[in-house]
Amino acid sequence: MDRRKFLKLAGVGAGGIMLPVYGVPVSAAQLAGNGMDVGQKKVLADVVLNTARKAGASYTDVRIGRYLNQYVLTREKNVENIVNTESFGAGIRVIANGTWGFAATNDLTPDGIARAARQAVAVARANAKYQSEPVQLAPVKGVGEVSWQTPIQKNAIQVPISEKVDYLMEVNNSALNAGASFVNSALYLVNEQKYFASSDGSYIDQDVHRLWAPMQVTAVDKKSGAFKTRDGLSTPVGLGYEYLDGREEDKLHGQTTLYKDSYDMVEDAQLAAEQAKAKLSAKSIEPGKYDLVLEPLHLRLTIHESVGHPLELDRVLGYEANFAGTSFATLDKWRSGKFKYGSDKVNFFADRTQPGSLGAVGYDDEGVKAKRWDLVKDGVLVNYQATRDQVHMIDQKESHGCSYADSWSSVQFQRMPNVSLAPGKEKYSVKDMIRDVEKGIYILGRGSYSIDQQRYNFQFGGQLFYEIKNGEIVGQVEDVAYQSNTQEFWNSCSAICDESDYRLGGTFFDGKGQPSQVSAVSHGCATTRFDKINVINTKRKIS
Amino acid sequence: MAILSRSEAKQILDKVLKYSKAEAASAQLTGAETGNIRYARNSVSTSGIVNDIELAVEARFGKKSGIATINEFSDASLEKVMRRAEELAKLSPDNPEAMPLLGEQKYMSVDGFAKSTADMTPDQRAKAAADSIIAAKEKKVVAAGYLEDARSFAAVANTNGLFGYHAATSANFTVTMRTENGLGSGWAQSDVSDFAAMSTGSVSGVAIDKAVMSQEARALEPGKYTVILEPSAVSGLVGFMMWNYDARSADEGRSFMSKKGGGNRIGEKMFDKRVHIYSDPADLNVPAMPWAEDDHMALERVDWIRDGVVQNLPRSRYWASQSENKDKAIPQPNNLIMVGGDKSTEELIKNTRRGVLVTRTWYIRMVDPQSLLLTGLTRDGTFYIENGKIKYPIKNFRFNESPVIMLNNIEDMGRAERVGMWGYSAMIPALKVRDFTFSSLSDAV
Repeated sequence: MDRRKFLKLAGVGAGGIMLPVYGVPVSAAQLAGNGMDVGQKKVLADVVLNTARKAGASYTDVRIGRYLNQYVLTREKNVENIVNTESFGAGIRVIANGTWGFAATNDLTPDGIARAARQAVAVARANAKYQSEPVQLAPVKGVGEVSWQTPIQKNAIQVPISEKVDYLMEVNNSALNAGASFVNSALYLVNEQKYFASSDGSYIDQDVHRLWAPMQVTAVDKKSGAFKTRDGLSTPVGLGYEYLDGREEDKLHGQTTLYKDSYDMVEDAQLAAEQAKAKLSAKSIEPGKYDLVLEPLHLRLTIHESVGHPLELDRVLGYEANFAGTSFATLDKWRSGKFKYGSDKVNFFADRTQPGSLGAVGYDDEGVKAKRWDLVKDGVLVNYQATRDQVHMIDQKESHGCSYADSWSSVQFQRMPNVSLAPGKEKYSVKDMIRDVEKGIYILGRGSYSIDQQRYNFQFGGQLFYEIKNGEIVGQVEDVAYQSNTQEFWNSCSAICDESDYRLGGTFFDGKGQPSQVSAVSHGCATTRFDKINVINTKRKIS
Repeated sequence: MAILSRSEAKQILDKVLKYSKAEAASAQLTGAETGNIRYARNSVSTSGIVNDIELAVEARFGKKSGIATINEFSDASLEKVMRRAEELAKLSPDNPEAMPLLGEQKYMSVDGFAKSTADMTPDQRAKAAADSIIAAKEKKVVAAGYLEDARSFAAVANTNGLFGYHAATSANFTVTMRTENGLGSGWAQSDVSDFAAMSTGSVSGVAIDKAVMSQEARALEPGKYTVILEPSAVSGLVGFMMWNYDARSADEGRSFMSKKGGGNRIGEKMFDKRVHIYSDPADLNVPAMPWAEDDHMALERVDWIRDGVVQNLPRSRYWASQSENKDKAIPQPNNLIMVGGDKSTEELIKNTRRGVLVTRTWYIRMVDPQSLLLTGLTRDGTFYIENGKIKYPIKNFRFNESPVIMLNNIEDMGRAERVGMWGYSAMIPALKVRDFTFSSLSDAV
């Protein structure tokens, strides 16, 4: 039986999302409380560090975490559910006899936490018998007592529930008034209050905030039995409630309204209803080769799957072989210094310092300061994403700061930082890009996605598809998915819009590891063109 | 501490409900101790133990409800948590879809607790991993695997006289073996309640054989093939279908189970006549908690599909109350049983002139909810069959297929096996299916 609960959200996302729910239900008022004092946390952390050292650990870290979630779920005129959860406990990781051991407890008394520390050392000793690669940690200098907070303007969890409910009702009305058959909208708010201490001499207190406002609008044609959906064009962000301000200067007007640093959900709900209805009568795509113009909210998922994941060093080395898989981007390709991941226009960088991004932190979950580094430069593979116990395997001395655990009760491991595609250097707009395409499709929004376990073959859908003929959009199309191979795809990249079109988009629930953990990560890019990509028609009939 | 006995749990629940001043109240106690070990590159990478226990209390005033939780069980704590739930309920808006708390439920008796799993130690986990790693080293392949075991309990009670207690154990093991040259990969799994019935060494042997056999795969043209899908491959598609199997979305016209012109497809023959899928918490192979997670309604044995005909769809109590035909509420199940045949996978292969053997399916996503078109890939052991024999390994394929079409194209069925699926355990057979659609080739090993 899985200890975690999953909340099934029918209607939001293709076929419903399975939302991992951590912690236990609490009141909204409890979420707004401050939790344990930082001084008390230091006392407990020192108990762990001392106990583990005495038990024989050569390295120890402890994460005392208070994880708060608030989910507000609505459909049409009803609030379906308001879930507030709090989870509080400590995860202790040690190295003994060259081997990792981990134990977690929600008993945060000095005795309880010391017991867990001894348990972690016992686990390490038991496993050491079968260890053939002793852990080697890249050095990290202790930073003493420091703190960091997501730069938010309005703490979303502290906004009154009634205000959130009123807003989502306004959103739903907007969709229904525009002819939607159904609408689901939701707010997911996350606050991670993480206290990290290690035997290196770091005591790091962090307050991390994230917000997601998804929506799905459905149009049903009762006569024919056909139905179509259009998801909202928002993105999860590392921002406060100010993301929902929908500021005029953040709007990009085109085929539909797109959003930069803030989101107008009421406006998007109306557009979604109109577009979902239009989908019911849209032309079914003729399969074949098309030039694709990919909007950032769509492309960021392609980046996530085909660049973010294959460049995770644990996958490359085989640590994820039994679950998420391995990677085509093997060490020999990287060592050659010549592996063409993409065309010369393609530059990918990792960055855990980008404001507003989901991956932004001050320090990672093993006390390494957040930073930026290059992954692919002028199309050539130059680096990976790694943690302290991995970098020695790629002949580097400094961790990239990619360690993350989704709960106090989960063991931290290598997770994807924000991975982004640098915008084009020359002035080039979406209009310019469409004008230059003879036969193509402009794809917007995140749709269905699937990629193989070494990240070669993928298939992506989208939310909105517009056919381009001779430099002009000629109409909405449906049943579109494109299939390609990662290296071929990025080498077919022929143009990237300039910085004015660059924006971040992200995912709340990137899954990896056993036991499976989620993490939130953003990807930045501008609208990008790919030449002659294979497009399939996805329409099928079941009797 | 993580596992309370029936009487210990009942005592706490009775006590907390006695403090209630609400119109109605319910309480739930859950606890688990979970152990795990993970290894890769023939070496243990992480291992841990997690303990947790919690009490959740819900207070009701009409259609208002409030929930509060606590993990301390002194009298003062129990009273505090109930007061807090009551305060919250009074502050809440009415939930128009709220249903009254259930009365006494008759829960099925389920035996899913095995001492061998309950007593597992870190040393046993390490040994289980070692058995797999040693087998890999002997055959010069590289092992990556994961074993997770849990002992857990849940107890529920309310002021209408409902009470239930359920204790369970489980152990799930998966392993991927890869050849050192990176050209072969094999996978196998074992999902049990009783750890004594699990041999990580022999499961690893299956994965090793597949890894060695799958080297130097040839490329076949994508297209429609007769396939033999092993149980784990079938579960990927059937699990997805059952996840979307629901009365409300069907009645609302936004599901593959919606009927043209309105309503759902209960009573229609949508699948091959051999398709029989049901749930039963008391099933000996896949014992499951005998009540629904959300409202604690008793689960019974229920046929979802029988003789290829849709029999029932899960339906919430609220949705049942809205139905004109007085349809029964049927909770979402906690297990799934798809009836198979009596043939082994080897026998299915023997009777196949030309086909593709698929070990497992991976990264499955919805492409079109109207037809339930799914896409995904084959992985860790895909072979070409000719004249009743595995002829050679082939490259992995991406498929674009609907499980509704797949379950109409059944040629033959193998024996059902227990697999871990979508958060619960299921009995799923191997299937031989004609015209399965592979849309492109993947270079992934």
